[in-house]
Amino acid sequence: MPVEKYLCVPLHRPKVAFFEFTACEGCQLQILNNEATLLDFLSLVDVVTFREAMQERSDDYEIAFVEGSITRTDEVKRLKDIRKKAKVLVAMGSCACFGGVNQLKNRFNNPKWVKEQVYGKFPVESEVARPLEDIVTIDLKIYGCPIKKEEVEKIVTNLVLGKSVNHPKYPVCMECMANENICLYKLGEPCLGPVTRAGCDAWCPGSRCGCWGCRGPADAANVEQIISIMEEHNFSVDTIIDRLECFGGFRGFAEELKKKTVKSKTKKKRAG
Amino acid sequence: MKISCNVNVHHISRVEGHGNIHIKIKGGRVMEAQWEVVETPRFFEAMLVGKKWDNAPWICGRICGICSIGHTLALYFLAAPDFVNAGSVFPLIKSHPDVVARAARLKLLANDACDIIGGRRLHPTRTVVGGFTMLPDKGGLESIKKRLEDAMADLSQTAELFRSFPIPDFSRETEFVSLKGDGDYPFIGGDLVSTDGVRMKEHDYKKMTNEYTIDQSTAKWARLSRESFAVGALARLNNNFAFLHPAARELSESFGLRPVNHNPFMNNVAQLVECVHVTLDSINMISEFLDNEWDEPRQPVKHKKGIGVAAVEVPRGILYHSYEFDRAGKIVKSDCVIPTGQNHANIQHDLNALAAQSASSGKKDSEIELLAEMLVRSYDPCISCSVH
Repeated sequence: MPVEKYLCVPLHRPKVAFFEFTACEGCQLQILNNEATLLDFLSLVDVVTFREAMQERSDDYEIAFVEGSITRTDEVKRLKDIRKKAKVLVAMGSCACFGGVNQLKNRFNNPKWVKEQVYGKFPVESEVARPLEDIVTIDLKIYGCPIKKEEVEKIVTNLVLGKSVNHPKYPVCMECMANENICLYKLGEPCLGPVTRAGCDAWCPGSRCGCWGCRGPADAANVEQIISIMEEHNFSVDTIIDRLECFGGFRGFAEELKKKTVKSKTKKKRAG
Repeated sequence: MKISCNVNVHHISRVEGHGNIHIKIKGGRVMEAQWEVVETPRFFEAMLVGKKWDNAPWICGRICGICSIGHTLALYFLAAPDFVNAGSVFPLIKSHPDVVARAARLKLLANDACDIIGGRRLHPTRTVVGGFTMLPDKGGLESIKKRLEDAMADLSQTAELFRSFPIPDFSRETEFVSLKGDGDYPFIGGDLVSTDGVRMKEHDYKKMTNEYTIDQSTAKWARLSRESFAVGALARLNNNFAFLHPAARELSESFGLRPVNHNPFMNNVAQLVECVHVTLDSINMISEFLDNEWDEPRQPVKHKKGIGVAAVEVPRGILYHSYEFDRAGKIVKSDCVIPTGQNHANIQHDLNALAAQSASSGKKDSEIELLAEMLVRSYDPCISCSVH
């Protein structure tokens, strides 16, 4: 049954639109997942644009959910246009929030080489991969690669009811411990759970896959501490950097660590 | 005779990724019929360079957000609405609640199976180089097996539904490429085969795909013996019909689908036939697992310098990955050839033929537009993957 009232007050079903830029479209697919609650979810909002699932389109929407990072000038224009039309703009997933895996190409600082690796001499337009907030103001972020539908449901319900949306300030590690998982460090796996923002219910560690930080840093994350913990567990600097730079949320920390490593290497060379 | 027609579809809906269709007919002649791939590239092959070997499945898994869930999504959510005059599956919730419930049931089963085996339905967490981080629990597998058995009824009703749809009458002779079955319907590894008689080993995949760049597309295209070839369910079925489960083969024949079938719209029927095959196959595999002792799920990996190539059949067709590693186990070069990338040229040539057929008929612009969109959807293209 469609939800029509909340505490006897009639609900306003906002018109929502889904958009995607440079991405795999997995986050949008997550919206169609959770079949058990899908109909309830759809009754809460009025979907007017969702290219991956429907033919109809409309420019009249209140909430825009945007997936993907921005890598081309036509995308900048389209995003600004969406910003103008939407009252609320939601960045959905790691690519939209931090650049996601797409920003891994930025680390080479050599766009020409990157293009040649894939296309040879064939000309293809592609700029540095950027998160949405580098271009427009974002009202809300939904973290994760991919986003978790249960969390989206909670966030959208709050949005529709006019309640504030609060992300957990604590790290994934807390959820992982609450779920009584074996600590991955005990199994010899690297994990960013102690510094990554919670809200995924320790999705990866629950499957014995160490956290890669797709949700970005938790409030007051002690990244330096996790770097030394990983060093104590004999993980190489490369492994630590791989984790920190994968989704873009910890990019600054990864860059810093790289600089430090280069410095200490040159020092060692000089000393040797 | 169609004197003039002007069809422009910007970012075709109900497919994964961004593609445009342009058809122009003037004075009864096709002036233009173009399949344009405008997706922004992400450069996965470049981003992997310098990364350690264990990053590859984690990063490359992000090439696609939809491929992990296969045919049932394509059939109900992407293809079916065209046949019942709907823009999406959403209005069918009211008009055809039983159909939507069945669609959700089948999709949920595929999703739950992914959760139990891969850790989650999208970007799996348990699949690593060397095996799995952990194995599914037996109870979970037993319940999946039971639900697979029940799904057979849903699949036969799906077959009845698709039997009621008028599959467009269109045919264009082309080449079909897939893995070659060796006693079984093929999914992982083995020789590469085409309906034009080509047979190759996995490590010769570059000779099988001959990728090239083309102005109308940010994805590379492919060719083999002729101007284009097709991969996917119809290609697999055309090359490996004898290895289908008898019940799947019988269903295929009831639709008049026998090798070699050259109607691209029949790909949806081939997907349905494969759903029946893999359901029965999965039931057998789970029974075998449950009756036997399980090995350690994750085998230790020792890296060394070298190049590795592998071919697998994924929902949309044959997929190749190739990696070159240095002595330290870091990736020096990577190459991924995605099924939809191999299909683009075939879609283009089908579109040419479809436009020519339309020019000689009196169909309305809107009918031609729908037919062209249905053609693209029948390939179930994953455009962002193809560009990656």
